Amino acid sequence: MSQTVFAPWNDPDVKPLIQFKNVTKRFGDFIAIDNQSFDIYAQEFFALLGPSGCGKTTMMRMLAGFEKPTEGTILLAGQDIAPIPPNKRAVNMMFQSYALFPHLSVWDNIAFGLKRDRMATDAIAARVEEMLKLTRLEKFAKRKPHQISGGQRQRVALARSLAKAPKLLLLDEPLGALDAKLRQDTQFELMDIQEKTGTTFVIVTHDQEEAMTVASRVAVMDHGRIIQADTPARIYEMPNCVYVADFIGDVTIIEGRATKSGDGYDIAYAEGQPTLRATTDKSFENGQTCHLAIRPEKVTITAERPEGAANAVQGKILDIAYLGNLSTYHVELPTGQIIKSQIANTRRLSRRNFTWEDTVWLSWTETAGVLLEG
Amino acid sequence: MRRFALIAVPYFWLLALFLVPFLIVLKISLSDIALAIPPYTPTLDFSAGWEGFKAFLGALDLENFEFLTTDDLYWKAYLSSLQIAFIATVATLIVGYPIAYGMANAPDHWRPTLMMLVILPFWTSFLIRVYAWVGILSTEGYLNQFLLGIGVISEPLTILNTNTAVYIGIVYTYLPFMILPIYSALERLDASLLEAAEDLGCSRITAFWLVTVPLSKNGIIAGCFLVFIPTIGEFVIPSLLGGSKTLMIGKVLWEEFFNNRDWPVASAVAVILLLILIIPIILFQRNEQKQREADG
Repeated sequence: MSQTVFAPWNDPDVKPLIQFKNVTKRFGDFIAIDNQSFDIYAQEFFALLGPSGCGKTTMMRMLAGFEKPTEGTILLAGQDIAPIPPNKRAVNMMFQSYALFPHLSVWDNIAFGLKRDRMATDAIAARVEEMLKLTRLEKFAKRKPHQISGGQRQRVALARSLAKAPKLLLLDEPLGALDAKLRQDTQFELMDIQEKTGTTFVIVTHDQEEAMTVASRVAVMDHGRIIQADTPARIYEMPNCVYVADFIGDVTIIEGRATKSGDGYDIAYAEGQPTLRATTDKSFENGQTCHLAIRPEKVTITAERPEGAANAVQGKILDIAYLGNLSTYHVELPTGQIIKSQIANTRRLSRRNFTWEDTVWLSWTETAGVLLEG
Repeated sequence: MRRFALIAVPYFWLLALFLVPFLIVLKISLSDIALAIPPYTPTLDFSAGWEGFKAFLGALDLENFEFLTTDDLYWKAYLSSLQIAFIATVATLIVGYPIAYGMANAPDHWRPTLMMLVILPFWTSFLIRVYAWVGILSTEGYLNQFLLGIGVISEPLTILNTNTAVYIGIVYTYLPFMILPIYSALERLDASLLEAAEDLGCSRITAFWLVTVPLSKNGIIAGCFLVFIPTIGEFVIPSLLGGSKTLMIGKVLWEEFFNNRDWPVASAVAVILLLILIIPIILFQRNEQKQREADG
C-alpha cells in the first residue's frame, strides 16, 4: 500500500494557488513586508509564524484585501487580486476576535455571507445546516454569540468563514483566545475540517507548536521577511539559520570555528577543549565562525563517559526543569557554556539518576547537531 | 439599616421634589377658579380640624378635566405637540446621526475636541441661544441677508414665526441629546465587524445598514426619546420662534396660567401632559434596561 505524500511544492508541474511576486508593503517609513516572493499551493495548510510585528498579519490582510501591496503583485489562481475589493474575493477570513455579529443568532451569522450572494432560501438553509453539522453546533443555532462559550464562538467563526466555500481561508490567530486543553482539541478539529473540505488554509500564529501541529508547511517570518518556509519536520531538523533554530523549539547553540576533517567538520568552541564533530551538506572555510545547534532531546546524559561517542563533554548539572513527562537538564561545562539535555521520565521521580550539582557526561552523534553559518 | 439610609436619600429627594409638587398640582387641578390669592378654592384650613378637611375634600371635583374635553383647543394642542415633537425628533436624528458617525470615526486625538464642541453650547443660556435664532431667521436676519447677498433668492424668506423656525430651534437645541448616545454606541462598535461583513460579501453601504445601524439601535432609541420627551412640553422655542399658528401644549399651558390666570385649568392641562409623557418615558426606561442587560 503506497500513499502519495502531499508535497506539491516539490512538483514543478503543479501551479500554485497563490503567488507573491516581489511584494513590498510600507506603512509610511516602516517596511512591513520586504520584497517577498513565495507560493502557496491548493489544499495546503500554510502557517505564517513569527513574533508580533514580523509582518505576518499584514501578509494575511493583503490576501483578504484589507491592505494593498505597495509594490509587487499577488496572484490568486493566476489572477492579480490587487484591484479586487475584499467583498468580491473568493477568500474568507476568520478574525482573531472572531468578529461575530452580536445582534444575529449563530444561524444568521453563518448565513450572513450566503445571503449576500442572493442564494435561494432553501439552498442557504441547507448550507447552514451542513456547516452547523461540520462544526457540531446544531444545538446552538438559535443562540446569540454572547450566549455561547469561547470554544463554540470559535467554531461559529470558522463555520461562517467556510460557509461560502472560499478558495482560500485565512485564519488570524484562530486559537489564541482558547485555553491550552481546548486549543489542542481544536487544532486536530481544524486539520480534520481542512481535510474534509479540501480548502486551502493560511493560518497566522505566533505559537510555534500550533504551527507545527496543523500546518503542511510553515513559513518563519522576522522583520517583514520569510526566513524559511518548509515542512514542520524540516524546519525543526534542518533550520537554515540560527534565528529559525532558536525560534522553533528548544535548542543549545554553541559558537565555534569549523575545520574540515574527513567527511565532517571539527568545531573548536573553546580554548584547550577537545573539538566537537558534526557533519553537514554545507561547506565552511577553515577557521570560519559557525554555530552548532543541538536539540536537547538528541543529547544523552550519562554518569560515565560513553564508549565511542562522536561528541562527549563533561559538566555539572545546574538546573533541572521538570515537565512531567520530560525533564530538561541544564548542564554547565567548565568553560561556562550551558548545554541542554532532555530525557523522558520513564522512571518515577524518586528514582531519578541525577540531581543538582552532579557531574555528568553529555554525548551526541555526528549528525545530531546542525551546523549553521555565523 | 445602612442600606435603608442609603436608599432613603434618593427616595426622599423624589418625594420632596417630584411627588409632593405633583400632588399640589393635582390638587389645584381639582379645585375651582377664584378671585383670590391664591386664585383658586378651596384652600386647606388646618384650624378647622377634621371637619374642615372633610369639607375641603368634598369641594374637589373633576370639572376642569371635563372642561378640557369640551374645548377642541386642548386636544388639538396635544396632538399638534406630538406631531411637532415627532417630526423634530426625526429631523434631529437625520442631522445627528452623521455627526455622531463622523465623531466615532475621527482619529482618536480629535475625539475629545469634537465632543467638547458638541457640549460647548450648553455653557451659554438656552434662552439667549434661542433668541439668537430670531436674529438669524427674521426677515432682515443674517440668513436672508446672506442668501440675498449671494443671489440665491430675490425676496426674503419668511422663516421666523413659522413651524419651520420651531423645527430649526428644536433640532439645534436638542442635537447634543441625540448625538451623545449614538456616538457612545458607535464608538464601542468593533471595527473588525465591518471588515468581517465586507469579507463576507457586503459593500461598504450594505455593511453600514446590516451591521452599523442595528448595533447603534439602542443609541438611536435613547437619543430619540431624549429629544421627543422634552420637546412635547417645549414652551420657549414655539413662543419665541413659532407664529400664532404654532399650537403646542406648553404654550397653551403658559397662557392659561399667566394670561387667563386660570390655575385649575392650567394644572389639569399639566396633569394630562404628564400622563401622556409617562408612556414614552416607560418605553425609554425599558430600552435602557435592555441595553444594560445586553452589556452585562
